[in-house]
Amino acid sequence: MLLSLEPRGQQSRLMLWCSPLLAAVLTLGCGSLLFIALGHDPLLTLHTLLIAPVSDWYGVSELLVKALPILLCALGLAVAYQARIWNIGAEGQLLLGALAGSALAVNIIEMQSSWALVLILCSGTLAGAAWAGLTAWLRTRFNANEILTSIMLNYIALNLLLYCVHGPLKDPEGFNFPQSAMFGDASRLPLLTEDGRVHAGLYFALLALVAVWVLLQKSFVGFQIKVLGLDRRAAGFVGFRQKRLIWLALLISGGLAGLAGVCEVSGPIGQLVPQVSPGYGYAAITVAFLGRLNPVGIVFSSLLMALLYIGGESAQMSMNLPQAITQLFQGMMLFFLLASDVLILYRPRLNLRWTRRAATTAVHAGAL
Amino acid sequence: MPNPAPDPLQTPRLQLRRIRKRYPGCLANDDIDLSIAPGEIHALLGENGAGKSTLMKIIYGVVHADAGELIWQGQRVDMRNPAQARSLGIGMVFQHFSLFETLSVAQNIALAMGAAAGTAKQLEPKIREVSQRYGMALEPERLVHSLSIGERQRVEIIRCLMQDIRLLILDEPTSVLTPQEADDLFVTLRRLAAEGCSILFISHKLGEVRALCHSATVLRDGRVAGHCVPGECSDRQLARLMVGDAAELMTDYPKVTGGADFLQVKGLSWHNPDPFGCSLEHIDLEVRSGEIVGIAGVAGNGQDELLALLSGEQRLSRDDGATICFASEAVAHLRPDARRQRGLAFVPAERLGHGAVPELSLLDNALLTAFQQGLVSNGLVQRGKVQALAAEIIRRFAVKTPDSHALARSLSGGNLQKFILGREILQQPKLLVAAHPTWGVDVGAAATIHRALIALRDAGAAILVISEDLDELFQISDRLAALCGGRLSPLRATLDTRLIDVGGWMAGRFDAPQSPASATL
Repeated sequence: MLLSLEPRGQQSRLMLWCSPLLAAVLTLGCGSLLFIALGHDPLLTLHTLLIAPVSDWYGVSELLVKALPILLCALGLAVAYQARIWNIGAEGQLLLGALAGSALAVNIIEMQSSWALVLILCSGTLAGAAWAGLTAWLRTRFNANEILTSIMLNYIALNLLLYCVHGPLKDPEGFNFPQSAMFGDASRLPLLTEDGRVHAGLYFALLALVAVWVLLQKSFVGFQIKVLGLDRRAAGFVGFRQKRLIWLALLISGGLAGLAGVCEVSGPIGQLVPQVSPGYGYAAITVAFLGRLNPVGIVFSSLLMALLYIGGESAQMSMNLPQAITQLFQGMMLFFLLASDVLILYRPRLNLRWTRRAATTAVHAGAL
Repeated sequence: MPNPAPDPLQTPRLQLRRIRKRYPGCLANDDIDLSIAPGEIHALLGENGAGKSTLMKIIYGVVHADAGELIWQGQRVDMRNPAQARSLGIGMVFQHFSLFETLSVAQNIALAMGAAAGTAKQLEPKIREVSQRYGMALEPERLVHSLSIGERQRVEIIRCLMQDIRLLILDEPTSVLTPQEADDLFVTLRRLAAEGCSILFISHKLGEVRALCHSATVLRDGRVAGHCVPGECSDRQLARLMVGDAAELMTDYPKVTGGADFLQVKGLSWHNPDPFGCSLEHIDLEVRSGEIVGIAGVAGNGQDELLALLSGEQRLSRDDGATICFASEAVAHLRPDARRQRGLAFVPAERLGHGAVPELSLLDNALLTAFQQGLVSNGLVQRGKVQALAAEIIRRFAVKTPDSHALARSLSGGNLQKFILGREILQQPKLLVAAHPTWGVDVGAAATIHRALIALRDAGAAILVISEDLDELFQISDRLAALCGGRLSPLRATLDTRLIDVGGWMAGRFDAPQSPASATL
């Protein structure tokens, strides 16, 4: 092997800042090559993908609307992932939050009090937390792997939502379309501006951002969560309550995903539809890692992810770029970002004396 | 009583010339010269980190030297891998054995020797013959998990002796043996040497090096600090070669008797659910305030289990709570943090991954166990106070680190151990339980740690030290006992105890006739 990676003793401060830059340069370079190969003007394509969507206020507001649910889910996931609880179930928790909020909302359409909104938001958040609580219970009671249980619960949540939207929650006056009735005005999240669709969910996201930041960076519970994630034996040796921390991490994670779901139905959509989420819960997994599980980093990565969603759609419409190509571009960007992050902990080394290298490999085989 | 030293005019079996090996951040071996004659038992002495392991691995072909040459029986060789070393007649017994527990002795040896050597069944007569010839009793059909550590070491040695061996390298072989087992091993090694096999014996125990070895090479900081004949040097001279200045390292601490019992363990039995683990049987133990009690024993005789029960990582039911008491208060059912509130501090055996979180800074690691010392208010970590505590630990215990933001894993073993011990001591515990406090720590740091333990004892704390290092236990403890097979020998004052008594306890002979004041279990 010509290129090998050596672990660094310390995290490289330099690469901490350079790795996103390096990734951006590599993505733009390789992306351009890809577009040239397909016969598109690379600069124009990149402009359509990355700049045009946010060149006016409406575009920015759409970006925020798209980034909100991703941000909420990713913040929650960051808490769970710090504890090395691999919750893959944000999607299901989001869907269940949307479902529970809608189930309540369609029954109080006539209610005029502003408590309606509070009740709906609470029910959505609690439902998301409860759905994650199932995973926590399976994990702490039966030691069931949370990756598997949370993924399986995603499918259950989706089918539950489809059943309700085709059945009990279907709008009786909706010409048999699989969607609920429109929510009452008191149940809708107020818009923040005249033009655009940015809604009061933005405040929840900011609140969640501050809360998660304080939890992870400042609080002793956050410290315990970190120790639990890094070193279970050390956590046991000082008496941190492992099960309680697992429950807590999953409940926060699920609650925020549920809030994201209920904000979608009571915000921009205004009713329950089968396509509440185009995979926000899954995108949030990538976003949480791109943001290095740091709340501030996650803000940037969720905006980037939302931009890629919107840019991809507009490139499809205006340039006839197939969706697969924009997805390829997204994948390329994520790949380069994660690959460059390796350089923070490892140092690349070019090994020209490859014969020597081959000999040591043989030694390792021999030592066994 | 070493054999007569072999004739130095013969062609050396192995000669190293100006061996140099650099790892990122440290020069592990710097211009090392070494020569071993046929039939010579040669000691390689040095502290942890002096470069002994690297040098051995270079000889055995596991690691390649950056510069220098290796001359085997007068011919220059380029040692490419362990297979080549074995084919030349070099055998090595590592500190950590690589044996399959669920296979028999013969199967393990057959696996290690490769298909050409024959099946396990075919090897059995040869194994019996070798084990008889060198006085190492071993049954080829036995399963490895049923063997003691000493017997497992025999498997590794016999594996080396099965082929035509010219040089046997042993890495700290006595660290896992009782004194009697070590003596048996020495008999074997002398017999081997008398037949012309050279032996390279790595150790930092001066006494056994003097008893066994013809000559010694002392390494310090990757360089040869000197060659000598161990039989003609005093411990102090050898220690000075190893660490430079040895003046303060051989301190004798006065023995004390202590005050009232603080830790009381009464009839503690615990069944280990792990079939290969050790269960504890009816342990009785008291540690008084102001004394150090040492517990000896070969690893795997119940130390880990006893430590887990004392720290609270393993809790008993409320009904059995009184089997462990702190100042007459039942605690065996309490969690670690509740026990810490009652005055417990604890230094686990593993520094990284148990006593400290490798990926966290020293700051966070200070918070790890000291969080009940007013470092948290309203659920928020008081960074300023944590910073002050970490700085205090680093200053008081002379921890070498760039600053308190350094990651725990970036510290050397000795420095991290000083930090962990300092963290526990600064919490002013009433009871300190320390497991292997100086394991893998250089002599200088070990002396600092011993002094800190004595100071804590003199300040009135009860201290329990569990260690495999008998020299250490005799040096610092006021009373001694040993664990064997999950049972604890009676406690006896160190001054009334001889090394051979402890050796007997470690082998399970608790009712030795020469004991004047021991109560039987």
